[in-house]
Order: sequence, then structure tokens, then C-alpha cells
Amino acid sequence: MSTKPESVLLSARGLTRRFGGLAAVNQVSLDLWRDRIHAVIGPNGAGKSTLTNLLSGDLPPSEGEVTLLGHAMTGSPAEAYSRRGLGRSYQKTNIFLPFTVWDNVRLAAQSRERHAPWNPLRWIQDASKSIAVNDRATRAIELSGLKNRRNTIAGTISHGEQRQLEIAMTLATEPQVLLLDEPLAGMGVAEAERMVDLLLRLKPHHAMMLVEHDMDAVFALADHLTVMVNGQVIASGSPEAVRTDRNVQAAYLGDGH
Amino acid sequence: MSTPQANLEHLPGSAKLLLGLGVVALAAFPWMGSDFYAQMLTRMMILAIFAMSLDLLQGVTGLVSLGHAAYFGLAGYVLAFVTPAGEPVGLWWTLPLAVGASALAALIIGFLVVRTHGIYFIMVTMAFAQMVFYLFFDNKALGGSDGLYINFRPTAGWLDLENKLVFYYFTLAVLVAVYFGLRRVLWSPLGRALTGIRVNEHRMRAMGYSTFGYKLTAFTLAGGLAGLAGYLWGAQSGFVNPELMGFHMSAHAIMMVILGGMGNFAGAIVGAFAFEYLLHLFKDLPTLSLGGSELRLGKHWQLWMGLFIVALVILAPRGILGLLQHLKARNGAVQGGADEHQA
Repeated sequence: MSTKPESVLLSARGLTRRFGGLAAVNQVSLDLWRDRIHAVIGPNGAGKSTLTNLLSGDLPPSEGEVTLLGHAMTGSPAEAYSRRGLGRSYQKTNIFLPFTVWDNVRLAAQSRERHAPWNPLRWIQDASKSIAVNDRATRAIELSGLKNRRNTIAGTISHGEQRQLEIAMTLATEPQVLLLDEPLAGMGVAEAERMVDLLLRLKPHHAMMLVEHDMDAVFALADHLTVMVNGQVIASGSPEAVRTDRNVQAAYLGDGH
Repeated sequence: MSTPQANLEHLPGSAKLLLGLGVVALAAFPWMGSDFYAQMLTRMMILAIFAMSLDLLQGVTGLVSLGHAAYFGLAGYVLAFVTPAGEPVGLWWTLPLAVGASALAALIIGFLVVRTHGIYFIMVTMAFAQMVFYLFFDNKALGGSDGLYINFRPTAGWLDLENKLVFYYFTLAVLVAVYFGLRRVLWSPLGRALTGIRVNEHRMRAMGYSTFGYKLTAFTLAGGLAGLAGYLWGAQSGFVNPELMGFHMSAHAIMMVILGGMGNFAGAIVGAFAFEYLLHLFKDLPTLSLGGSELRLGKHWQLWMGLFIVALVILAPRGILGLLQHLKARNGAVQGGADEHQA
């Protein structure tokens, strides 16, 4: 890893995304640092998932810029973001349902191979025998705790396990920046605790953005907290500062907490 | 589009046995069967190669091309162009030339069409194939609507395709080679990525795959292999016409792949043989006399074929091979999943 241990790996400036007349994300700027978890919270429809899609290249912004590990990325397709070292998980589970858990993760690990598809070597090798790919996939599966589910069809494992698989697939691409869109959604208490442990273990080597509704997890994990309402950032800072922010209490935390 | 299904990639033992016996029967046939049927089998083998090439797109990558015959017919035309009126041409340079021409056409057309998805992909592949069709249909210099004759079959020393027996075994060898080659591709990094694109292209891109390059590679490879089949077709039948590139030819290939079972190439072979067999069966249906009028059942073979395919898709959505696996699972009470996970 070439960058300094405490450094900005992803930075966004003035990101805006309009759908028709509606600005789903409006002038959002943020920095993601290695060894820090940046949580983004906000009510449904605040624009958190759209922001994630703008940061991962799944959606092009209407305005604003994204810089990833020093590279200007604005306008690049999602695969370019991934190749530069960004990994993301999806709010709605987005895996290869008919494949086994292993095949899901192995395919993710294979994406780091450098050969182009039109290289005939890629047509005759046995994909299951690539040691480097298998090692990456094995590491990701062990980290995410899916070892005993290796040969199970992904469509048949529990919802919580599918969320773990999401993370395993993301890790198998060996990203430096992680965007996690509600990784705890729909998980049981024990599963959620394991996921929180995993995120803490990943933290030292990754810059992480966490979109999450589970406030206990957010306050347990986050070093930095951004609150979005109606596409705009209404507060951003340390979790303690944000918790006592009057705007936030009025707009968001008010009723629930 | 419906939710993507797991393909039948690992063939059940019964299917492997069926294929093995099929190859033995094909190898033995010329020594016991008539020349007429040997010619028919040669045709079926050529169509099986064509169907396998389409399966790489349709079954593996999930790209349903309604214009695949364009690459099939093009290679036949290349052979017709390079064969002079009075003597045969060499096999070893005309075969790569024809295959290369088809692959190049697929590369150029693919560059434009693999950006589209779903129904749009089906429509643009058909549109490009129709353009190629009319290019040849309307140009006298390219043979026009009548097509072109190929007076001599290609030759390469002892490998003289003018000899029907040599042609038969050459086609069988190509069929077997293409099958094992494509099975190899299926388990290669390219094949795994193509399968991933069929199931969830969005996630593939999020994982860093430039899916455009993968799909274009598959499209080009499939076009080249269709050309291989088309070259053999032109050589066997001794003439080419625009029908070879037409809509019906493309549609028949799709039906062959569905009939046999998609995504494993074995199904495409079984489907091609079954389709051609049924085609002759339905065409030979008797003429019934009903009162004063005659009902010529054979003339309406397309109706019977259509009904048959509809029935099959309802009763056995994964084709003939899928049916075999289903029966195996019922008889042997084999639970799908873990134990199925070995080639």
C-alpha cells in the first residue's frame, strides 16, 4: 500500500444528482480516510443510496467531482472505480443467486486478474485452478465467516448470510475504499454483532463509508457522522457533536431517540 | 426478463452416455447406412456446430441473437467467391479465411450491438442480419436472390472433401473438436465471466469487469464458429443463397438450442439433431382426405414444429437434457447442490 496510513483515499466535492426537477443529492462534499469509518445517516429518501451510487460510479453526477486514490473519476463507468480500488455492497442484496457461495466469491476474486477477455489464454485455462484467485476468494470467505457455506447455492442461504456474502464478494476484489449500503439491514442480533466485529477488523486497512439505520451500530462504529435530509447535508462531524446538534435533533433524531 | 436460472452445466451421466453412444453411432453409420442418410447426418452435424456457436451467446452469456445466421451464411459465400469454376481450392487457407471473415463481421457488428440489452439486442442483431441478407439478395454481383454455385469441394491432399466419406468424418471431427473446445471455454475465466454476465451484469461491472469487452469477445468467437459451420454447409451442398443468412435460419438455431437445453453445448447438439429429425418427420406427415377436400398435414410442418416446441418449453423448460437430469433426479433421489459440484 503506497499511501500513508492516515490519508484521504476518496474525496467528493459538490456532488449533485437531479432526477427531473428533484435534486436527490444536493451539493454534498465528503472525504473518506483510511482507518476511519464515515457513517451517513438520514431518513428514508434522504439520498443516501443515491450518494453511494454517485461515489461508486453506478450513477454519473449532474454536478461535482469524485477523486479516488488521486485519480479524477468523474464520468468513469463503475468498473473503472472498482479497478482503482473501490468496493461496494448493495442495500438490496445483489449477488449471483444460482451460483454457489464459493463461485460468487471466486468470480469476484477473478476480477483482479490482469488479462483482457480477448486474450486466448483466458479461453483455455481452467478458472477453478488459479491459485492467486482461489487464495483471494478463500481469504474473503474466511474473513466474512461463510466458510461452512462454501458449496451452498447463494439463493438458498439466509438473508443475513447473503449480506455476509455481499461483503465477502466486495472484499475479494481487494478494495482500499469500502462503501457499505446498510450491511446490517434485516440481520439478527448475533449476525449484526459479527458484522460489526468484521467492520472493526477491516477498519485499519480501509477507508469506509457506512450507510446505516441501526443507530447502536452507527454510534459503536463511526468516527465521523454525516446527516442527510432531502439530499442535503444538515450536519457533519464527530458522533458526539452531531448527536447534540439542534438541527439534527429537530429533523431526524427527534422522535426516534 | 425473468430471473436468471442456473444452467445445466454439469452434464448428468445419462447425457454423457447418450453423447458417447451418439458419437460411436455417427462413426459407425457410413459402414452400415445408406449414402442418402449419411448426407443427412452430415447436414445435422453441421447444424449442430452452428447451434453450439449460438449457445455460447444464448445459453452461456444470455444474449439472444436473432441474426446469427448472417455469420453462418457469410462464410459459405466466402467459399463460393474463392472457388473458381473449374477446380477445387485448398482447404487450409480457405477455411481460416472464411472463418476469419465471419469473425470480423461479428466483431464489427458486435461492437455496435453488444451495448444493447434484452429486447433491443434481439432487434438490432436481427436488423443487422437483414441488412447483410439484402446486401446479398439485391446484388447480382454477389449472386443475387439465386445465390452462387460451388462446383468443387475444397481439398488438402488426402483430405479431399469431394470424397463424401472423407467429408463425413471431417465434419464429425470438427463437431467433436468444437464441442470439447467450447466445454473448455465454459470453465475458463472467460466462460465464468460470461456466465456471470448472464446472471447479473450489473454486479459484474461493480466488481470491475468491463462487460463490453467480454460480450464482444463472445460475439466474435460465436460468429467465427458459425462461419466454420457455414463453410462446411456451403462445401457440402455445393451452393449458397441468401436464405442461409435469413431470419428463418437464425430462428431455427434458437429453437435447436432451446430444444436440447441451453448453456452446456451438449444440448445444442442434441437439439440440432432432434430439430432436423422432427422437421423431416413433420414434413412427411400424410395427406388426409376429409370428404371432398384434402388436408396436407406435411405441408404445415411449421405448425406442428411450433406446437411441439411450445409443449416442450412448458413441460421441460430446460430442454431434452434438462428432462434427462430431471428423470435422473427422480429415480436416483439425488439431491441437487453439493454432490453435483464436480465435472
